Amino acid sequence: MYLTTPFHPRVEARNETGLWSHWSGYLVAEKYQLSEKFEYFAIRNAVGVFDSTPLYKYQFSGADAEKFLSGVLARDIRKCRIGQAHYTFWCDDRGFVIEDGVVLRQAADRFLLTSARPNLAYFSNLIGHDRVYIDEVTEQLATLAVQGPRSRQVLTALAPEVERLDYFHLTEAKLGGTEVTVSRTGYTGDLGYEIWAAADDAISVWDAVVEEGAGHGLLPFGQIALLMARIEAGLLLIDIDFESSRYAWNDEHRSTPLELGFGWMLRGLDPDRAFIGHRAIKREIDEETSRWRMVGLIVDWKAYDEMYQQAGLVPPKDHLPVTEEFMLYDRDYQRVGYATSFMYSPMLQRHIALARVRPDLAQVGQAVDLEVTVNHRYQRVAAHVARLPLFNPQRKTA
Amino acid sequence: MAHPQKRRYDAIVVGGGHNGLVNGAYLAKAGLETLIVERRHLVGGAAITEELVPGFWFTTFSYALSLLRPDIIHELELTKHGFMPLLMSSTFAPGRDGEYLLFGQDHQRNLKEVSRHSPRDADAYDQYEHDISRVCQALKPLLDNVPPNLFSKDPEELVAMSALAQHMRDLEPRVLHNAVRLLTGSAADFLDDYFESDLLKGYLASSSIIGTKVGPRSQGSGLVLLYHNLGEHDGVFGAWAFHKGGNGGFTQVLARAAQAFGAEILLEAPVSAVTTSNGRATGVALEDGTEIAGDVVVSALDPRRTFLELVNPRQLPADLVENIERFRFQGTSAKVNFALDGLPTFPGLGAGPDLYRGFTNIGPSMDYLEKAYDEAKYGWYSSAPYIDGAIQSTIDPDMAPPGKHVMSCFVQYAPYHLKGSDWDRERDNLGDVVQRTLESFFPGFSSLILHREVVTPLDIERVVGLTEGNIFAGEFLAPQMFFFRPAPGWNQYRTPIDGYYQCGSGTHPGGCVMGAPGKLASQQILKDRQQAR
Repeated sequence: MYLTTPFHPRVEARNETGLWSHWSGYLVAEKYQLSEKFEYFAIRNAVGVFDSTPLYKYQFSGADAEKFLSGVLARDIRKCRIGQAHYTFWCDDRGFVIEDGVVLRQAADRFLLTSARPNLAYFSNLIGHDRVYIDEVTEQLATLAVQGPRSRQVLTALAPEVERLDYFHLTEAKLGGTEVTVSRTGYTGDLGYEIWAAADDAISVWDAVVEEGAGHGLLPFGQIALLMARIEAGLLLIDIDFESSRYAWNDEHRSTPLELGFGWMLRGLDPDRAFIGHRAIKREIDEETSRWRMVGLIVDWKAYDEMYQQAGLVPPKDHLPVTEEFMLYDRDYQRVGYATSFMYSPMLQRHIALARVRPDLAQVGQAVDLEVTVNHRYQRVAAHVARLPLFNPQRKTA
Repeated sequence: MAHPQKRRYDAIVVGGGHNGLVNGAYLAKAGLETLIVERRHLVGGAAITEELVPGFWFTTFSYALSLLRPDIIHELELTKHGFMPLLMSSTFAPGRDGEYLLFGQDHQRNLKEVSRHSPRDADAYDQYEHDISRVCQALKPLLDNVPPNLFSKDPEELVAMSALAQHMRDLEPRVLHNAVRLLTGSAADFLDDYFESDLLKGYLASSSIIGTKVGPRSQGSGLVLLYHNLGEHDGVFGAWAFHKGGNGGFTQVLARAAQAFGAEILLEAPVSAVTTSNGRATGVALEDGTEIAGDVVVSALDPRRTFLELVNPRQLPADLVENIERFRFQGTSAKVNFALDGLPTFPGLGAGPDLYRGFTNIGPSMDYLEKAYDEAKYGWYSSAPYIDGAIQSTIDPDMAPPGKHVMSCFVQYAPYHLKGSDWDRERDNLGDVVQRTLESFFPGFSSLILHREVVTPLDIERVVGLTEGNIFAGEFLAPQMFFFRPAPGWNQYRTPIDGYYQCGSGTHPGGCVMGAPGKLASQQILKDRQQAR
């Protein structure tokens, strides 16, 4: 039997489609409205709420919590101040990425880390003599993402401290009569927040936010709209854009942080911090042995349209994310990479993709050919490399 | 009045409506020092959004987007400047006695909705959409290219004519025949071949009359129906979107794009005349006496103003003057815009926002539309008018305060020439008629009204400058399209005066917020400049 999140009574009441899927064992809405695209526009032009409770959540505490995490997480947690959050990742000792997640620093000795897959045994086995306690709080904490240009206005009306909350920062707040943590984080690449509340308080949090947002075009949004937004935002998804090195069958299915575009989190790498994978990563940096670079791709609109017109078809502009692999070629028909997430972006009015290409072809503007099928035949269409995120509004960090 | 930064420009565009902006942006992008002069205090022409009541943003005239050519979005890099076509997720067509059609984004669900009224209309609806899309796909290239000059012996034109003939010959007979049926026949005949539901036919036939003085049973309404399906949104023919901030939001995007390419925009600068010397345009004279020199002058105004007002008709061939004088404008559309205290209630369905996240189509049967037209034929406005409502604030919360709404109502028929009265006398009466009509579908509607704005064809003419208030800058009638828009032999954006061009909706392919006239005119201008070198 599937599980339900603490928001479920409200989620169920709002889901007009009867379409559900399972996420980490929980029942979640694919979409609430008959149009996922309409929900997507709530994220980009108004405000949307998303139940992200199924994410695994781990509480790290104890005198050595910082020391422990600075040895486990690849991004230097010591630079994360109290009240701040980090997007982070962790690697195996060969410098391959296991997973990514967001860590909130709630106190000097208290951290909350999210992950897409269970990691409790992995982290626990690394404790050694450190004074650190790891508790899984997935079920105890309900998480509601409030995303979109109006999210600040809606939340500030409920909790004034949100107004001045900086990007990737968090604050304690009282919302709908309950104590919550609000972080300025999310998976949409837009202005947005996540509310972390005790499971018992979930309904009152939902009600307060939804009521306040009613005049602001607020809509709950489902998995599909989220997955559209995250491609535009250049946010990677495990098992789609990369695989955990723990479960990959071979290195073709593993990725290094540099290959995934995580290099920015390793800038100013402290040579004295011996986190897991640091030697391999340093070697990769020094010897430039990366096989790939994660890039954005923008398909040439004219070439795309002409290709379909010549085939006697109306060029499809489908916003539904396609998460199959599409091969990339150079002009000599040599394979130079592959795309892992592909969609038509209504905001950018282009077909876009997240892709990995050979490092020498990763510069912005580099032309590559993307292989698609037209009239049941493989065809190549011109595309070019673009910087991630492909959609990056000022309001996200302003 | 503001002053231009320079005394001389490569190109001066008269009129900052959407086509003027598109034209100016393309010319600037090609490296021409370009000035766009606009009479009013804001650009956009008929595509503007105004805050008439604090917090309420009205799309005074034009109110939705569909026919905008996708290549313009890309070539002018509009997404960089805020281009954002918001999805309209539903269409609501109320009928009488609690009947209604509510379409959403789930196609199969929509077929069930059709089926509720007539089971046989369900797959007929699929067939209809497919047939129309095939015709649109076939005719789309005509929107995106300068039409050939039918009367020219120039080898280039003969080649273009032969290519056009070849394109038509390559079409499947069914597609070509449907195209001809639509281009020459009535929407009613076409729709009757598919459907039996009055409500469905009324809804579909509504697209056959918009902006045009025809009823659904008039020959020629098929062309208007086809035209409104030729638009596309994210790859779907006939789909519409609301631009962020209304169509005024869109023209502000165009203005930013034009400026980013280097075009200069001069506001509150009414042009009194295009100056000429020895049969060549030399610039423009503003009403305040300022003269600005330009190698090229482009009129984005309608054909009457372009040929009979900005230049002296005596400079033009007599047959062109005659053709422009008899070019039909006969505006027949009005707008009534409301600020509302809440959403209207439809009996049985309530006031849920999902009813209103798109067009609300008041045209419950073909008879209703035809009767509305009957009154216009005899010089009066409809006592039960066709209304295309749009409560844009359900989609874009920036258009009204939280919980409040703006509703744009496109109204037909409201003929420019009234028999025995005038629009200054009838303005409020028209507002009352529209209000009463809405009240009959949505009981209690009037009690929601916080503010009402009535825009008659006369107001459209006065404010925007569109002759007789015709929203397309000239009727969509076969003798005024393609080879003949705006006049035989002058369908390629040039004029008899060297260096003087036309780029408004009165040129091919025509009106709606399409931008194609502006773009195609720029291509012609740039080609001529290249050849002159």
